[in-house]
Formats: sequence, C-alpha cells, structure tokens
Amino acid sequence: MTATTDPVIRLEGLRKSFGSLEVLKGIDLELHRGEVLSVIGPSGSGKSTLIRCLNLMEEPTAGTFAFQGRPVSLKFRAKAPAIGAGELRRRVGMVFQHFNLFPHLSVLENITKGPRIVLGESREDAEAHAMQLLSEVGLADKAAAYPAHLSGGQKQRVAIARALALRPEVMLFDEPTSALDPELVGEVLAVVRRLAQDGMTMVLVTHEMGFAADVASRVIFMENGAIAEQGSPEEILRAPKSERLKGFLSRFHS
Amino acid sequence: MYQWDFYTVLQSFDLFLMGIWTTFLYTVGSILVGVIVGLTACFARLSRHGIIRLIARSYQELFRCTPLLVQILWAYYALPMLLGVSLSNTTAGLMMLSLYVGSFYAEIFRGGILAVEKGQREAANAVGMTGVQAMTHIILPQAIKKMLPAFINQSVVQVKNTSLLYAISIAELTYMTSVVNSETYRPLEAYSLAAVLYFVMLFPLTQVADHFERKMRRSD
Ligand SMILES: Nc1ncnc2c1ncn2[C@@H]1O[C@H](COP(=O)(O)OP(=O)(O)OP(=O)(O)O)[C@@H](O)[C@H]1O
Ligand SMILES: [Mg+2]
Repeated sequence: MTATTDPVIRLEGLRKSFGSLEVLKGIDLELHRGEVLSVIGPSGSGKSTLIRCLNLMEEPTAGTFAFQGRPVSLKFRAKAPAIGAGELRRRVGMVFQHFNLFPHLSVLENITKGPRIVLGESREDAEAHAMQLLSEVGLADKAAAYPAHLSGGQKQRVAIARALALRPEVMLFDEPTSALDPELVGEVLAVVRRLAQDGMTMVLVTHEMGFAADVASRVIFMENGAIAEQGSPEEILRAPKSERLKGFLSRFHS
Repeated sequence: MYQWDFYTVLQSFDLFLMGIWTTFLYTVGSILVGVIVGLTACFARLSRHGIIRLIARSYQELFRCTPLLVQILWAYYALPMLLGVSLSNTTAGLMMLSLYVGSFYAEIFRGGILAVEKGQREAANAVGMTGVQAMTHIILPQAIKKMLPAFINQSVVQVKNTSLLYAISIAELTYMTSVVNSETYRPLEAYSLAAVLYFVMLFPLTQVADHFERKMRRSD
C-alpha cells in the first residue's frame, strides 16, 4: 500500500482545548520516517500538549491525525483501517520529563511489564530484550535495582529503555533532561543522540538549544498554540526571521 | 475491699472461647464481604458516570452517618416488615456489619488510588496498557501499600463493632460475657476479662498498622 510513502505522522488543523482555553490552535505537521523534529518555544506555548496529542495522552478536540496514512481513532481499539489509541501507543513511545518509572517494580520489571502484558511476550524473551536495552543505555548492572536507588540520569535512561521495549517506530521526548541536575544531562542526551543516529523517528521538546541544533533534522518554534516558524536547525537557530523567535533565542545565548 | 474472684468466671472460659470464635467469624466474614462492597463502591465513586457516583456516594453517607447499632436493629426488626420475610440474626448482623465497614473501606481504597501519582497511569497507558491493566498492574499495587495502615485500623474497629451484635442475641464475645455474668453474678470479673481478651486480640493488630505506617513514611 502507500504505507512507505505516507508520513509517519500527519496532523492537519489539529486543535486542543481545555475547557474554554484553546491551547493548540490548528497545527499542521508532517513527520517522516527517520526525521528528528525538535520543538522549541516559550513556556505555555503548547509544546507538551502537542507532543502528548501524538500518543493520545491528550485527546485532540478537532482536526485530523493520521499515523502512516491511517486515521487515528480516539477509541482504545479501532476497526481497520483506523488505528486506535492502544496500537498507536505501542508504536509511539513516550519519555516523560519526570521519568514516571514504576516505583514498585525493579528496573528489569519496569521494562518487561509492557511487552509482557501488552504484547504477550514470554518472560524469557522480554527479559532478554530488556537486558539488551539496558546494556545499550549503560545500565545492565542495575537490572535488579529499584527506581528509588537510581540517580535522575539513570532513571531517565531506564525510562527510555522501557519505551524502546515495545519496539516503537516513533519516540516522543518531553523535556527529558529538564528535571536533571546539570551534570546528569549529558548521559541522557548521549542515549537520545545514539537513537537519532540509529535512524529512530523522534519528536523532542527541549530547552537544550545546542543539542537541538545537533540532532534535529527540523526545528519548529511554537508560540501561543501555533507553529510560528519552522525549518532546518541552521535556519531556525542561527538565522531566525521573526522578532519573537530572536527574542526567545537570545535568552539562551547568555 | 472487693473480693476478686476470677476463678468462678474462668470456670466458664469455654463460653468465652466460643464467644471469641463467633467474634472472629463475624469479623472475618464482614471484612471479606466489606472489601468486595468497598471495592465496588470505590470504583463506582471513580466512575465517569455521575449517576453511578451519586449512588455510591449516597450509600456511603447513609452508612457513615448513622450509628451501626441503629442499622443492625433496623435490619433485624424493621426491614422484615418492609420485605415481608424475616431475616435471621446472622443474616441481618453480617449484612449490616459488611455494609457499614464497606462504606469506610470504599473511602480508604479511593484515597489510596488517588494518592498514586497521575504520571503512573500515564506511563502505563504510554506503553499501551488498557485502563484495567494499568489499574491492576501499576496503580493498585502502589495504592494497596499506601492504604494498608488505614485498612488495618478500620479492621480493628470492625472487631470491636461485632460487639454490637449483642443487641440481636448473636453469641459473640460480649454476648457470651453477659451469659457468664448472669450465671456467676460476677460482672466485674466477667467484663474485665472480656476487655482483656479484646485487648489481647487487637493490640498486635494496631502494632502491625503502626509498623506499616512507619515503614511507609521512611520509604517516601
Ligand atoms: N490538563 C490541563 N488542563 C488545563 N490547562 C492545561 C492542561 N495542560 C496544559 N494546560 C494549559 O495549556 C497551555 C499549554 O501548556 P503546555 O504544557 O502544552 O505548554 P508547554 O509549551 O509545554 O510549556 P512548558 O515549557 O512550561 O512545559 C498552558 O496555558 C497550560 O496552562
Ligand atoms: Mg511542557
């Protein structure tokens, strides 16, 4: 079918309101396979809301949303060709600002829980895959530890492994390093960078402009619930057009 | 000086044991039924549907805001007049004890579930879990730990509440004590012994609740 040429994610006129407050005011966006999209913008501009709509953590209130050419349904299970929230979330992994690891489960169980109950993987398969992911994020020795005994950087790397365990086609990161002490940011960014190099399709909300410039293939600048400017990292970060974007970026060049 | 005479009362110790056994049965039975009722009411209170929430809420308030003794007497003496069939004292007693404790359990369970961070459900959903899977694998295991001290404390109260079954002649510990009293005319010894027996049963349980509470505070 057309699955290979369709963008992985396509949004047209996507809107989201909380009560009477409209937070996303018509977002048009195409995300192609292997792209790394970085989302920047001032606080409250709707970056989190946008990225959370991409795996239906938030339900859009209007507009169209297609995943690999298939319309996305808000129901957990949807009839083909539509894709439901359950399948969408298996195929679109998410990493949260505050990690949200499961505190009652060991690191290994944090990673295997999803594959085992959602995909029905056997314990052996899930654990073998989890150990492989843990060694890729440099935490193979922490498999038996509990989240409370990890540093922030280690927690976030486990959270990344947990999301990867479902073999997603897209990864969403909402400010993955902004809850971390400065000296722990690097170890997490290194993992994200590796994923980008391996060709993972990603959306990354970040205030790390240097990192965005480095890994992103495209940057969008959001303001007031809309995409105000977009382009390559060079265009957006080195040669911003609008005064608003210039003003926003100037705060990061101190 | 009063002449203590525990010997007479202790000669009827088998009656006390029978009372303890009945108290135990009603406690365990009403806790089991109460947990089921409480879970049902708890999830009803967390429902999306306003009408279901209202029904659960009404049940809870009805049982929390009327005395258990009145409930027991009402179920045994008044309800049969409405139903047209009489209830045995066992049925009336067990039913009201269960519904009563269930209304408190519902609040304890709900508090425990709401105390689990919102991010936990989101993280569970983000790996594709259904609402039920997120609840059983991620939220409840954490909620149970948080609600355990309050649950044990409420269950301790439940042991004491079985003494109200005395009013409908169920042969639990308090009732049996009154039997011993009327046979021996030794109220001071009989009721003192009953108090000691309740204390010995319950003190370890409150210690367990305190232990969990301390452990929880440390792990936060
Ligand atoms: N669940 C919610 N209910 C009501 N309003 C919300 C909710 N979530 C977000 N908002 C509002 O939507 C707007 C956009 O929020 P959002 O979190 O998407 O911004 P953001 O760009 O991610 O900001 P930040 O950089 O601070 O994370 C804000 O005004 C916020 O208060
Ligand atoms: Mg945000």
